Amino acid sequence: MSKSQPMRLETGGRIDRNKPLSFTFDGKKYAGFEGDTLASALLANGVRVVGRSFKYHRPRGILAAGAEESNALVTVGQGALEEPNVRATLQPLYDGLAARSQNCWPNVRFDIGRGLDYLHFLWPAGFYNKTFIWPHWHWYERIIRRISGLGKLPTGDDPDRYVHHNVHCDVLIVGAGPAGLGAALTASEHGLRVVVTEQDSQLGGSLLWSEESIDGVQADTWLEDTVRVLRQRDNVTLLTDTTASAWFDHRMVIACQMVSDRRIPGEGEGPRQRLWKIHARDIILATGAIEQPLVFANNDRPGIMLASAVQQYCNRYAVAPGKRMAIATNNDSAYGVAGALRNAGVDVVAMIDSRQKLAGKPARLVRDQGMTVFHNAMPRDCRGDKGVRSVSVTKRDSLETLATLQCECIAMAGGWQPAVHLFTQARGKLRYDASLGAFVPEENPPHMHVAGMVAGALTLETALDQGREAGLAAAGDGPQVRPQTRSKNTGALHIERAWSGQRSSRQWIDFQYDVTLQDIDIAVAENYTSVEHLKRYTTTGMSVDQGKTSNVNALLALAARTGRTPGEVGTTTFRPFYMPVTLGALAGRDSGEFYAPVQRSPLFACHEQLNAHFDDYGAWRRPRVYPRGSENEQQATTREAVAARTAVVVFDGSPLGKFEVYGPDAAEFLNRTYINNVTSLKTGRARYGLMLNENGIIIDDGIFARLAGDHYLVHTTSAGANRIHAWMEALLQGDWPDLDVLLTPVTSQWANMAVSGPRSRQLLERMEIDIDFSDNGLPHMAVVTGRIDEVPVRVLRASYTGELCYEINVPADWGESLWNRLLQLGEDLQVMPIGIETLGILRTEKGYLHVGSDTDGYSTPGDVGWGHVAERKQGEFLGKRSLSRPFNTSSGRLEFVGLTPAIEGGVLVAGAHVIDARYSRAPAPTQGYVTSACYSPNLQRYVGLGLVRDGSKRLGETVNVYDNGQVHAAQISKPAAWDPEGERLHV
Amino acid sequence: MFRISCPFCGERDEHEFAFGGQAHIARPEPAEQVSDREWAEYLFFRDNPKGVHLERWQHRHGCRQWFNIARHTVSHEILAVYRLDEAAPDMNREETV
Repeated sequence: MSKSQPMRLETGGRIDRNKPLSFTFDGKKYAGFEGDTLASALLANGVRVVGRSFKYHRPRGILAAGAEESNALVTVGQGALEEPNVRATLQPLYDGLAARSQNCWPNVRFDIGRGLDYLHFLWPAGFYNKTFIWPHWHWYERIIRRISGLGKLPTGDDPDRYVHHNVHCDVLIVGAGPAGLGAALTASEHGLRVVVTEQDSQLGGSLLWSEESIDGVQADTWLEDTVRVLRQRDNVTLLTDTTASAWFDHRMVIACQMVSDRRIPGEGEGPRQRLWKIHARDIILATGAIEQPLVFANNDRPGIMLASAVQQYCNRYAVAPGKRMAIATNNDSAYGVAGALRNAGVDVVAMIDSRQKLAGKPARLVRDQGMTVFHNAMPRDCRGDKGVRSVSVTKRDSLETLATLQCECIAMAGGWQPAVHLFTQARGKLRYDASLGAFVPEENPPHMHVAGMVAGALTLETALDQGREAGLAAAGDGPQVRPQTRSKNTGALHIERAWSGQRSSRQWIDFQYDVTLQDIDIAVAENYTSVEHLKRYTTTGMSVDQGKTSNVNALLALAARTGRTPGEVGTTTFRPFYMPVTLGALAGRDSGEFYAPVQRSPLFACHEQLNAHFDDYGAWRRPRVYPRGSENEQQATTREAVAARTAVVVFDGSPLGKFEVYGPDAAEFLNRTYINNVTSLKTGRARYGLMLNENGIIIDDGIFARLAGDHYLVHTTSAGANRIHAWMEALLQGDWPDLDVLLTPVTSQWANMAVSGPRSRQLLERMEIDIDFSDNGLPHMAVVTGRIDEVPVRVLRASYTGELCYEINVPADWGESLWNRLLQLGEDLQVMPIGIETLGILRTEKGYLHVGSDTDGYSTPGDVGWGHVAERKQGEFLGKRSLSRPFNTSSGRLEFVGLTPAIEGGVLVAGAHVIDARYSRAPAPTQGYVTSACYSPNLQRYVGLGLVRDGSKRLGETVNVYDNGQVHAAQISKPAAWDPEGERLHV
Repeated sequence: MFRISCPFCGERDEHEFAFGGQAHIARPEPAEQVSDREWAEYLFFRDNPKGVHLERWQHRHGCRQWFNIARHTVSHEILAVYRLDEAAPDMNREETV
């Protein structure tokens, strides 16, 4: 039509010739029309080489017109918006689209990497296992990895938005071709909620380029009417640009919808992609079939295309992929393509048919149009490095050349493989159908139906019928559609598989990963004859197209070479996803600040005002330390840790796990869950306890207090609160339903502040709380309730710092005012807040256990110095029986001890291994490891805790501590380095 | 992605639930008199059927109640949901895949 689009046909197509668009490919400007894909526009402009192959860097052109495209992978967009490996066949053209070719340097027409092709004999299948083994594969790996690969990762964070969308429906129909539309019509007439997904930007599938008629009307008219009817129905959702890619249990299908990456960046609304999670009662697969290539020498040259794609480009996009075409086929479907091309005025040079004779419609067509047909013939080889120029034709079983045809394009019709990906993901069974030369559905999974070409239906009429039947079946109004068996229509293809005997030139099986028939021969020769082995050894079908155009040919070749039937060879497993889905779409909104919910203490605003440095501890965002002025964190923790032992500090303990346990059997319940004796605890008193699982392993610790006869307050670790609650509920609901106990988590109901230090009592006495804070009034490990300005308050005297300490609890809403009042009234006492970092120093100095840090998955009470408590306890508790298992009573157990540097200035590091003193370097048998360590500002030396083999029997022994090549001598000691007698707790 | 019918709340997405292992594990009593072997079997030995599996789940992000389900380990079909105080349904009639 115009000089700018030399291959564009004068008339026809579903393009809007009044809306010209301009785009660039590798920086060069081209023109296309609204309705084009990038691929059709490139073809219209006569661009033949669009990419380079993965391994050999061979020039490649467009192969297909849809999702199965294996050559035309391009990079679209710039910078952070860039997307690699976009199939040019699925990318709608928009004005200003900028695409680039991949895997080539300096450019796609002249690529240095092509040198690899000329040395191809060096890298056959499995070459990295054979060729690059000396001195070591890793020596070569770096270089090879740099050469290989298709698109490059975009740089920078993805600024686009991706969303997830859940939808429930009665029936999901995958594919909006004739079968899918027929199913949608029927199902929606029966009142079902219907969702239809279509990968293409247009509904209709093959109707978009078909020349057939339906019910006496032209296919495109029928399509228009049907779509109009469906759009008017409220119970029908039609999703275009949406690829259903994965089936999951309970019939959830994941479909990714391209939204803004199908149009000009920045225009319009909505996310870039939308991930649909479709929960369907029934699923109808109308996914069609994928045409398979023919295998002959150099069948990967630009200009060699799938016949159906040629027809599609011609009829849908009004593009002739070549001025002179040859068509190679092994079945009848190519003759329809030939007819269409002739109608469009394209010169079809000849048909190359591997079969002996023709019958029926194709024979009539040949006769009427006077076509040249080579029977019992195959394309042997072709010429034209950057675009086919000629093809040589020989007899099927000999090398006798029949003709050499001058042509620019070879259309291959190798038969059709149903797109059974979702079907097999849903564990549907396949069967090899020799009359189709393909694997077809045999047994439907429950609530799944197949219709159209995916079910082996080859004619439009059958596809429509099957679609309607599937719609009825989904409505529960008809029998389940049996997958098409050897019925009337399948024979219509008259397919005959033929293999070339010649082996001198490479014949491509997998275009994307450059796997050839010769590679399959190598694999067979080396006895990789299982289909799973073949796949992994040759990498056939392992590229981003997952073998859409190569798996069947690879299987058939393997079958032919090993004297088996394709059914015996079988297929590899089809796994999600059918089409690649971006990580952005999978993540959806769950990234950045929405990655995980953050739990904040009721005092969070106070911490922000104090310029706390925060960290995430489990789900909680908590203050690590409160630096003042120009202090660094180390200076700040030192100040805080010293103040805790000399003045008074406040610590926000609100995330501490808190449960209230009520009921007549509350004491009995806790008695069974703690190793401690709970029943002897008097009202108003508290105790430190350990919880074990049935294996006798410590799973949590904390303080439990008796508020009343049938009412306990239980503290768990902050991180363990949810886990322990679920566990306790399982015990109460499942194991001990006879116990009358009510368990209520109250963690977020109470703000908790630990007021600690020698001056803590002095500070609390100023607070006008109706509680006697004296040692007699509220001794260590006692609990009392009171009021402060009419607000209820619970005070527990317990300590995790080793100093006189009161844990003040008020309802969460009153937390801020109490916190502020504490800081205000304690100003002259030098009160200050402390963070988690400082608390860690204080408890390490004091040798207090931190479950999870100082215990591991083997630690029992005996290992941490609490064996006597478990032994003394009368009655049953969880884990008790396991404590006497041989493993738990054996010697050589890792026991909780303190570690003290043996020389002045010695260092201890958490994670370092403890080794025997006679070893001064690695390797040495490990004697355990340092679990917690820090510099103690109060003791002015390092303090450490550790799990050491038989540690409790080795007190006083000097060992070596090995850390990254450094060895420090340390002495095994009791855990408490600060106030070992505990005098400071009872003042 | 499972859809699970909580016996108290109705059908919900798998996201709301937590798996709790095989159901109906009886604790040998009195534990003190149980042999090490028998105790180890109670602690560590679990069924791994290709077929119906009775298991505990908790509606953790819902009513927090525990309950049992009968799940087919091949098809993942949930054949029954029952409360902890209900007897296990007879699953023999269900053929295994």
